[in-house]
Amino acid sequence: MSDPERKIGVYICRCGGNISDYVDVDKVREEVERQTGVKVAKTSLFTCSDASQQEIMKDIKEQGLDGMVVASCSPKLHLGTFRNAAKRGGLNPFQYVQVNIREQCSWAHSDDKAGATCKAIGLVRGGVEKALRQEALEPIRVTSVKRVLVVGAGVAGMRAAIESADLGVEVFLVERSPEPGGAVAALGEMYPSGKNGGDVAASLREEIRRRPGITLFTNAEIVGKSGHIGDFDVAIRVRPPGGREESIPVNVGAIIVATGFESYRPAEGEYGYGRGAVVTLPEFERMIREGNGPLRRGGREIVSVAFIYCVGSRQGADVENANLYCSRYCCNAAVHASRLARRRIPGLRAFHLYRDIRTYGKFELIYEEAAREGAVFVRFDPAEPPLVRADGDGLSVNVKDLLTGGAELEIPVDLVVLATGMVPRPNDALTTMLKLPVGSDRFYNEIHTKLRPVETVIDGVYIAGSCQGPKNATESVAAALSAVSKAASLLVKGYVDLQPFIAYVMEDRCVWCGECEQACPYGAIEKIPHGDKEVARVVDALCKGCGACVPVCPKDAAQLRGSSDDQMTAMIDAFARETAGV
Amino acid sequence: MSDFTPKILVFSTDTVSDPGIDLAGRNKMHYSPNVYVITLPCSSGIKPQWIVHAIARGFDGVFIAADGSDCALVPDCTARTAKIVSAAQALLRERSVEPQRVKMAALCSVCAEAFQKHMKQFGEALRKLGPARKAA
Repeated sequence: MSDPERKIGVYICRCGGNISDYVDVDKVREEVERQTGVKVAKTSLFTCSDASQQEIMKDIKEQGLDGMVVASCSPKLHLGTFRNAAKRGGLNPFQYVQVNIREQCSWAHSDDKAGATCKAIGLVRGGVEKALRQEALEPIRVTSVKRVLVVGAGVAGMRAAIESADLGVEVFLVERSPEPGGAVAALGEMYPSGKNGGDVAASLREEIRRRPGITLFTNAEIVGKSGHIGDFDVAIRVRPPGGREESIPVNVGAIIVATGFESYRPAEGEYGYGRGAVVTLPEFERMIREGNGPLRRGGREIVSVAFIYCVGSRQGADVENANLYCSRYCCNAAVHASRLARRRIPGLRAFHLYRDIRTYGKFELIYEEAAREGAVFVRFDPAEPPLVRADGDGLSVNVKDLLTGGAELEIPVDLVVLATGMVPRPNDALTTMLKLPVGSDRFYNEIHTKLRPVETVIDGVYIAGSCQGPKNATESVAAALSAVSKAASLLVKGYVDLQPFIAYVMEDRCVWCGECEQACPYGAIEKIPHGDKEVARVVDALCKGCGACVPVCPKDAAQLRGSSDDQMTAMIDAFARETAGV
Repeated sequence: MSDFTPKILVFSTDTVSDPGIDLAGRNKMHYSPNVYVITLPCSSGIKPQWIVHAIARGFDGVFIAADGSDCALVPDCTARTAKIVSAAQALLRERSVEPQRVKMAALCSVCAEAFQKHMKQFGEALRKLGPARKAA
């Protein structure tokens, strides 16, 4: 099958001994040098070194290489390095194949040098066979309009809109409720800025009003989406109260989703919830924000408060639709609320009943302050949670304190505050429309929490803020600015290059049965006329290269670039040839 | 047949199981060098025919490292991959090859120990079955 006229360069790395201590790289080189289509086969101490890269580039030019294999570490480390070297040498970068003979060979078989060497020969041969069958590819360039859609006008969405506008991008900001502001608008004094949440929201609204590049739609929802990165057609439905419903079409290059969270609502009777003197944290925050003077509940003056932590978070798997995650913000918010309450109630007696407490970062300071002011911290075992019961016209909380060797405490209080966490907002219509990936916690999922924290697998669709998982306002804004910079790198430049390892259809084989269209999670398959028949076609800008269309095709017409039938079977043959111990 | 070391082809996925297999190597957690890995974007893109081809060419078993619920590309990829495994097993049965030569298990991006364990257990099961290509 392989063309003897081909000129593949193979570079085998010693990795300073990490590979060559266990794999006889010279033997691998000798074996591979004889393989059909291989023009150059070399070893080097560190193939990733500048000198070795220069040598590769020189070989590409002088030997006229038309394919390249580096056998070294995991592609997670240096795929980009060598792809760039190939490109700089004048080779199509997608005709480069990385073979992992370190993590998946020398290290994994450091107990068996002969076996590791045999395997390395097979792996490199497989890489050469793959490279022989890899056509030159160009990145898929998609142009973009300079407009963005921001869904949700909370603190994250508003900041995203403002920053995008300042980069010269036209913004459509869509808010479902009658007023922008989101959860922050309902907050009082925030820590550590000391600013009032309502004031922050108001000043962001003012900033938006001042920017002609932002169009704000309130009482509005997204009701339709088509197109792809750089060119999305979105339908916005506006339903002003008492007004006429209207559908407004917009065309944008990117979409930032910042739909926020909902507060956990305790079940009736959970820690006595439903009784007047048991409230959630947001309810308590509202109590201390509204009015002046002594705090009252049901006519009773409040002097002592018990805060119970982790309500609705870190639930046991026995709970239906359990929230298994830590909601992160509630420890900080509960301690902060307790300190704010102290301003209304100078003699406040606060009891913080927790499983674990994490007042991370700067919030550590308010934890220390609260303790200094006399707040009592009690740690309970989640297997024996506190018991809240009526005691006369007040409440009594029974808890076993792990910090004092399991002492049984009975704490009479006037109010119990449940430190409720954040839960995902049910947004099924939007989720389905934008094909947003949902994690096992039911929040939206980024591609990678650390490396690609605001990108989704849908090109051009970004997520920011507490729709991704529990976040405080600072963290939400950081995510929003991150999403803006990712979106702007596309919108301001005017185009984006997508990686070309996507699916394609061999039209001569295709008879349009529709199986691939059914299998595609991204709606990337369309039906087109081809001569006297109809065939499937892959919309390049929508295809994510998952390959789901490949096995369902009864005619072997659907193929994935970089993992075609031809490449896979040739690799399998090369691997099968070498057997350890031979 | 006592020195028979089964040859296993592993289909792994680029972002989920491959880092787990890399981690096993990084920790020098040994497994048989007769284990070869081919990496794809998602396990729902594996063709049953490739599995059959591997067995026909001398692999004694094919292990599919599924993404579980971690797949960023195809949310229901585990269910799809299970169908692919069934289809491959049916093709093997037609060829009088034991369907147990195909195994699927979820493997996460830090599942180094699990990978090592799977290779050991699957290798033992294949050793009991004997080579896929019986001596003529």
